[in-house]
Amino acid sequence: MSSRPTPAELAEYEAQADAWFRENTPKDPGFMLPLTFMEVSTDQQFEFLCAWQRKVYEAGYLGASWPSEYGGGGLHPDFQRIATKLMKKYDGPIMLNAIGIGWAGPLILDIGSEEEKQKYIKGMLNAEDIWCQGFSEPENGSDLGNAQLKAVRDGEEYVLNGSKIWTSLGDRAKYMILLARTSNEGPNKYAGLSFFLAPMDAPGVETRRIKKLTGEYGFVQCFFTDARIPAECLMGNEGDGWKIAMKTLEYERGAKVNLAGGYFLKELDAMGVVELARESQRGGKPLLDDPVMKDRMVDFMMDIQALNLNNQRRRMGPLVQDRPMGLALMNKLARTEMIRELTEFSLSFQGTRGGYYVDDPCAVDNGYWHRSYLNSFSATIGGGTSEIQRNIVAEHVLGLPKGR
Amino acid sequence: MAFSEGNLADHLGGLGYSEEQIELMDVATSFCRDKSPIDKVRKLINDEHGYDPGVWQEIVDLGWLGIAVPEAHGGVGLSMAEVAPIAEQMGRRLLATPFATCTIAAQALLAAGDEAQCAEWLPRIVAGEVATLALTEPHGDWNLGHVEASAKAQGEGYVLSGTKQFVVYAQHAALVIASVTVDGALRLALIERSAIPDGALRREIIIDETKRSYELTLDGITIPASALLDAGRSGSALGQIELANALLQAAEMCGGTQSAIDYTIEYLKTRKQFGKLIGEYQALKHPITNAYVAYEKARSHMLSAAHNFGQQGVGEIAVRMAKASADKAYSFAADRAVQFHGGFGFTHDCDAGLYRRSAIWHASQYGDAAWHRSKLADLLF
Repeated sequence: MSSRPTPAELAEYEAQADAWFRENTPKDPGFMLPLTFMEVSTDQQFEFLCAWQRKVYEAGYLGASWPSEYGGGGLHPDFQRIATKLMKKYDGPIMLNAIGIGWAGPLILDIGSEEEKQKYIKGMLNAEDIWCQGFSEPENGSDLGNAQLKAVRDGEEYVLNGSKIWTSLGDRAKYMILLARTSNEGPNKYAGLSFFLAPMDAPGVETRRIKKLTGEYGFVQCFFTDARIPAECLMGNEGDGWKIAMKTLEYERGAKVNLAGGYFLKELDAMGVVELARESQRGGKPLLDDPVMKDRMVDFMMDIQALNLNNQRRRMGPLVQDRPMGLALMNKLARTEMIRELTEFSLSFQGTRGGYYVDDPCAVDNGYWHRSYLNSFSATIGGGTSEIQRNIVAEHVLGLPKGR
Repeated sequence: MAFSEGNLADHLGGLGYSEEQIELMDVATSFCRDKSPIDKVRKLINDEHGYDPGVWQEIVDLGWLGIAVPEAHGGVGLSMAEVAPIAEQMGRRLLATPFATCTIAAQALLAAGDEAQCAEWLPRIVAGEVATLALTEPHGDWNLGHVEASAKAQGEGYVLSGTKQFVVYAQHAALVIASVTVDGALRLALIERSAIPDGALRREIIIDETKRSYELTLDGITIPASALLDAGRSGSALGQIELANALLQAAEMCGGTQSAIDYTIEYLKTRKQFGKLIGEYQALKHPITNAYVAYEKARSHMLSAAHNFGQQGVGEIAVRMAKASADKAYSFAADRAVQFHGGFGFTHDCDAGLYRRSAIWHASQYGDAAWHRSKLADLLF
């Protein structure tokens, strides 16, 4: 990594990048684009997003701060931060290869071998090699450490049997980061887990698409039936799986990592909801003249501001003395539940038009709000349900006993 | 789907703190814990005075009455931001004293008093003489501009008429600052305790038994012309008084919410039913977690209100958000505290009742959550 850039260097870079994104950010492609990397449903969407990611990479605005010997730009992370900011500023499409550049990439750069770095990093950045994540199983959703997919060593190969589920991009990925069980021995359930960088084109791997609540596709169930992968796909040693998986989840939570850049989820702007309310009518008058709707809107504004303040406060030691981890551990719960309630509220602005859904020509904002509300459950369920989150806060912050 | 506050955050205040604030927070945390254990709180409920004069003197000696008073008037020269963490710890330990009302009376003097009035009263308040406010009336309106009491010129001075309610700690106050109208215009008036006949004060029976409050009949009380605060600034001073009150209430309420939650958690960790600690049941565990989440949000709002207090625009929004969210959080936490203590929760011996009553008191004074939200709606949309 290069040394810290001067303000002048950053300003020059920003001017160039700003011009590039202004010029090159695609306008409406004429079909619906996914809000997140988890809802890629059609070939058209997939190819469009691959092409966009490749274009951004080739212009130098993705992986700008990754090592140049593996395909990155070799620049200081401040440059990539600027590029990502501009990507958002011009409301560009999301980066498709989230699992690759967000999780697998940082992991491989962090603890991978030289061969792994040479083999995988560039393909992640230019969207040649799409990645997916194989952690959750049909019988082990919240209880990740109990993963049961079996990996048995047979000469120079591992033989895989079992199933993974909720695998975003699983039907289009070339590789999977896979948590599998190599042993049932050991002091606890975690000790028998191992971590693989597994090719998805191995014979015996099949995927079945799962249609979501929103009507979109994007994730699959993967079936492994005597699927054979090379032994060199094992990352680290047998038994390292849990440790590596936890490290990966740290990247997922955005911890101290040199990210490749880009963003994977479209953000809902709080003021967008206010704008929708302002444009909406109720009984021939502006919706926000209705005291009930106005009061609920104020309540949401207070909630949004509280989370904004919480995020500032959690970094201010003297203001979190009594329960230092409280704000951090409640954040996912508070934020995802607020988004669910706010998007649900936005549906009620629309009067009869609240009955339309995505792709009807009369749907408000082409059904964006309905899709956002239904999609909000992916966050209140995925990554540990809100109910699990409440247990975590109750047990780890408030010190309440674990249920047995 | 992710979420961004977008440009909403630009319209609202942020968070920050001063070193003095943190020092005062630390001192107040141990002081209030040591001086106000719960058995003492309960003992003082049955005491006519309602607070311990010895503890009051210690508070005075710590300089806390002068925190937001300029040095020129004997104060420390800091701001309301530094007062808030003290009020928070007082609310947490249910340490009832005239601290808040004295602090706000001083702010009223600063907002609308002339040099002579400030010079006379501010040093006395800093030195521990009690000053209080007489702003609310039998009509029960939270709008402080709704004033029916009046002052009429008579000879060299004015004669007052009307009734004021919820004049806290009036019995032991040296000074009462009342809102009246003079020829139809709002005016703040200084009434010395010596001008108030004993029969004019009636001790009110209030929901929060740890506090003391009085009804004040103004009829026939006379004040000199020099006791009226500035005509031009009295109206805006009322606005500042309302916000200062809301800030200190929000702080007290956050402290109370924290205690209501801690008290309940302790019970959930020790009480067993059907062979299990009741804290293992998610029917209890999840609502108390929701109460905790609401508490942390309310505390962030309160700290932001303290930090932005007095800032044009964002200050008022932050304070009203703080009071509204503190009301919501305190009411819910204390309500669940009663319920989760089961049969014991229904008794007067259970501390949950103290918090529940305290929350109702605070909601009733200077506006509840819905009142402040309606004010926010006008400010935001």
